[in-house]
Amino acid sequence: MDYFIQQLINGLSLGAIYGLIAIGYTMVYGIIGMINFAHGEIYMIGAFVALITFLAIGALGVTWVPLALLIMLVASMLFTSVYGWTVERIAYRPLRSSPRLAPLISAIGMSIFLQNYIQILQGARSKPLQPILPGNLTLMDGAVSVSYVRLATIIITLVLMVGFTILINRTSLGRAQRACEQDKKMAGLLGVNVDRVISLTFVMGAALAAVAGMMVLLIYGVIDFYIGFLAGVKSFTAAVLGGVGSLPGAMLGGVVIGLIEAFWSGYVGSEWKDVATFSILVLVLIFRPTGLLGRPEIEKV
Amino acid sequence: MSAVMPHTTMNDKPLLSVEHLTMRFGGLVANNDVSFEARAGEITALIGPNGAGKTTLFNCVTGFYTPTVGRLTLRHPAGKEFLLERMPGYRIAQLAGVARTFQNIRLFSGMSVLENLIVAQHNKLMRASGFAIGGLLGLPGFRKAEHEAVELAKYWLDRVRLTEFADWEAGNLPYGAQRRLEIARAMCTEPVLLCLDEPAAGLNPRESGELAEILTFIRDVQTPQGHRTGVLLIEHDMSVVMRISDHVVVLDYGRKISDGDPEHVKNDPAVIRAYLGEDEDEALPPEVAADLNLAPTTNQKGA
Amino acid sequence: MTTHSNTVSSAGSIKARGVDWAATIKDAGLAAFVALLLTVPLVGLRTVDRPTGLGIEARPEEVVASILLVFLGRLGLGLIRQGMAMPVLILALICAGVGLVLPMPTQVLRLVLVLGGGVIALRAAMTVATGRSKLSQADRDRRMDRIAAKVQHASKYIGPVAVAFAVVLPFTPLADRMILDIGILLLTYIMLGWGLNIVVGLAGLLDLGYVAFYAVGAYSYALLAHYFGLSFWVCLPLAGLLAACSGVLLGFPVLRLRGDYFAIVTLGFGEIIRIILVNWYQFTGGPNGISGIPRPSFFGIADFSRTPAEGMAAFHELFGLEFSPLHRIVFLYYLILALALVVNLFTLRVRKLPLGRAWEALREDDIACASLGINRTNMKLAAFAIAAMFGGFAGSFFATRQGFISPESFTFIESAIILAIVVLGGMGSQIGVVVATLLVIGLPEAFRELADYRMLAFGAGMVVIMLWRPRGLLAHRDPTILLHGGKPPAATGAAK
Repeated sequence: MDYFIQQLINGLSLGAIYGLIAIGYTMVYGIIGMINFAHGEIYMIGAFVALITFLAIGALGVTWVPLALLIMLVASMLFTSVYGWTVERIAYRPLRSSPRLAPLISAIGMSIFLQNYIQILQGARSKPLQPILPGNLTLMDGAVSVSYVRLATIIITLVLMVGFTILINRTSLGRAQRACEQDKKMAGLLGVNVDRVISLTFVMGAALAAVAGMMVLLIYGVIDFYIGFLAGVKSFTAAVLGGVGSLPGAMLGGVVIGLIEAFWSGYVGSEWKDVATFSILVLVLIFRPTGLLGRPEIEKV
Repeated sequence: MSAVMPHTTMNDKPLLSVEHLTMRFGGLVANNDVSFEARAGEITALIGPNGAGKTTLFNCVTGFYTPTVGRLTLRHPAGKEFLLERMPGYRIAQLAGVARTFQNIRLFSGMSVLENLIVAQHNKLMRASGFAIGGLLGLPGFRKAEHEAVELAKYWLDRVRLTEFADWEAGNLPYGAQRRLEIARAMCTEPVLLCLDEPAAGLNPRESGELAEILTFIRDVQTPQGHRTGVLLIEHDMSVVMRISDHVVVLDYGRKISDGDPEHVKNDPAVIRAYLGEDEDEALPPEVAADLNLAPTTNQKGA
Repeated sequence: MTTHSNTVSSAGSIKARGVDWAATIKDAGLAAFVALLLTVPLVGLRTVDRPTGLGIEARPEEVVASILLVFLGRLGLGLIRQGMAMPVLILALICAGVGLVLPMPTQVLRLVLVLGGGVIALRAAMTVATGRSKLSQADRDRRMDRIAAKVQHASKYIGPVAVAFAVVLPFTPLADRMILDIGILLLTYIMLGWGLNIVVGLAGLLDLGYVAFYAVGAYSYALLAHYFGLSFWVCLPLAGLLAACSGVLLGFPVLRLRGDYFAIVTLGFGEIIRIILVNWYQFTGGPNGISGIPRPSFFGIADFSRTPAEGMAAFHELFGLEFSPLHRIVFLYYLILALALVVNLFTLRVRKLPLGRAWEALREDDIACASLGINRTNMKLAAFAIAAMFGGFAGSFFATRQGFISPESFTFIESAIILAIVVLGGMGSQIGVVVATLLVIGLPEAFRELADYRMLAFGAGMVVIMLWRPRGLLAHRDPTILLHGGKPPAATGAAK
């Protein structure tokens, strides 16, 4: 039983991470209809910024953990979102009216570039970090112990999700964003600055991915320049599973993927867990291409 | 003229029978228990206000949608019958001989005009090329078949007056020419039923006139197989509809509200109500009235 | 004409209108600020491994250098746009010169000066030469279209010449081991590019997992040879067949998905195959791969080793030649050349057949295809299977050439490279694939010493070429059949 709950918590925290990344995919797909292939790399950059910030403030003598975590969070969100913005500005915006494949190829190029950029700058070796937030919360008289980091991941994700939902549903920025998702041209005619909304979409997606990157750093304590690819594909799977374009769907999809992965690793074995995820992607796309929460789409003739 | 269909003499059985067709999308009922018939050698027009369910009905006939309820029967002159609602989309074009055009033109715009017409003869040529194997080996059967395909394409190019543009990229043609090319492409599949989804949309009066000529030609000409092609037409341009159709079906809110020859339909109070609203049955707006009045004279000429 | 008079008038009115310095500097400043934010954490601070754990090291000079580069670059571009191309050109050249000649505190600064100066100078020179500050996307596209059309027409002559060159190459004094190895590598990628071109360029299906079929081909041969001792010549068709089957198997469920989804699913399949190769170590050798894969014989007649196995003649003895290890390399070279040409001939021919035309029609509009009675699934499946088969051939060639394969050779990046070749060359363009392979594989091969920066430049190059020409370098399509064939429109009699 405790093993089960352990896996459940592992799955939920992993799912939270996938969900945070998936939101970036789903928002971008919703608004400009492209798969932002470099988004996984943005998440990887988030993890690296968090790591470097931690090392830097450690060198500056900040040792109080909550403060350190807060600075890490803010710094990685800030710097990573600049990367998100720049990627859109340089590699995607000029291609907005190009043939469908062009932005995707550009995104793949960007992804390769960013991977190697980090590899050259920060080295190819994986970066281990001693646990920043050690310790476990024990429940039920020690039958179940949950690490603080995983708990924090789940809580922070929940808080972010609530804030983010309010941002999308209640603010004028969110309205503009949803309007652009429906019809960019019309939104533009009505005075919405479409370019700015798209930029902000990338910024928001990158900021959430940065949080995910920091979480991964805290939970696993080791990152390298290559983590973006797999996490990116899995998060995209999560976005598709939840229904591309749907924010709650992305989160739900992330959690489902996270749970499947955790239980698969826990009960079947970790070698085949990626095959399980990819198979889910394939099966979902074949049998329910609109995802769990997506709207069905009729072939327009 | 009477309310019954005028051309019952041509063929006992209609080419296409639509019986009790209902199409639902979730809660939305796009077509509700529609029944009508279309005959070979006739132009059957499907009219109705926006959102009346015309294109949905079209998509059912041409196999892009499967109707929720109802039966679509296509009878070939040779006697074969096809139940269209049971066939996958491409089979309807391939076996039953139903060709269509699209409201928003769907040409292979990066390919040449001639290539568009050759692609339309795909199944014939595919067989002739031995499913590409014989063609790869350069067997003569394919070359002969391709030559025939080009001849057929030339024939229709000539008909729609695009011969000199044959080697142009289809996407570079002017709009009106693209509409005509789409009709020629559909005719290259050698259909028994041609379905046209608003072919006159966006055409100027001169081009509409040319279109009407092409359509009456398609209706009246005997095909090499010895039958005549039926035309099913969705159109908003009343002057075209009234001038060339032999039979008009009016849809409103997914239901059929009137069915008969143009004369009957345009005097049907139900149609006038559908177009002008429940309360006003006095005067038609001038442009509609003009279109409707124009009809009798040209109709006789056309038929 | 209008653009010309425009430039003249703007050149004349530079004094009158002046340069909007405030706005230009503000713009450059903003760009520099973004560069600051981008570089501070990742360029300015480096993680270093210390015995005590991870440490950190500051590199402020590199941050400053990149900010300077961005600021000056942006400023230069702004000024070029405002009619100051000449002065910018001179300054940029001076910058590059200074960077080249004078001693610099760091290599980075030198690189920044030379590269940045060079790029800006190039841009300014283009502006001075053409007389306009910026070609519009459409203008540039039209210009490239003309070039592409010319190349396409010239390919009638370029093609045979290139093939003749490729055939003669091993006999020229140029041909040492290294040249031949590079030739084999290039031809392998050309073959893969041509193969993928069938799916991506003709049928318009974005396949991100093409490497899976390459892997299936390679492992088919390796495993068949390992477990059953079959020879290369038996395995080559089998490998193609197996790859085609896996293409059908994978393709069948996913072919009705629309564009991007299809792309991601194929990527997923590619990864699944790779993970299976890694994890099923009892059968595939796992991450260690399979070694000792037999080399090909001379069509089963002779062997290339000095002392062939019994029952087999030695190649050099059979032909009365001096033994040379180069013989096998030359043979491999011709083998891949022949395989690649088979793919090319297939594509050239199939384009003129209903199958190929249907593929192109599918790429253009697949709904219209259905309305014409074309069985979309079968057509796509055929494209997928045929491309997979060619991928399988290439894979078994790869296995026999290397003598060793492991899952590492079949990662996503390999698929991305092949796709990049197809798309950069211009989708559907056969000669484009060759040009793109020379660029993508040839150039990095020529600059081996910059190995670290290869993939970085590769990624950046993909982005830049897409921005510069979204349809690919040599995207141009000639009709596969002409009615008038350059002659005046023929008199058309009714056929019936």
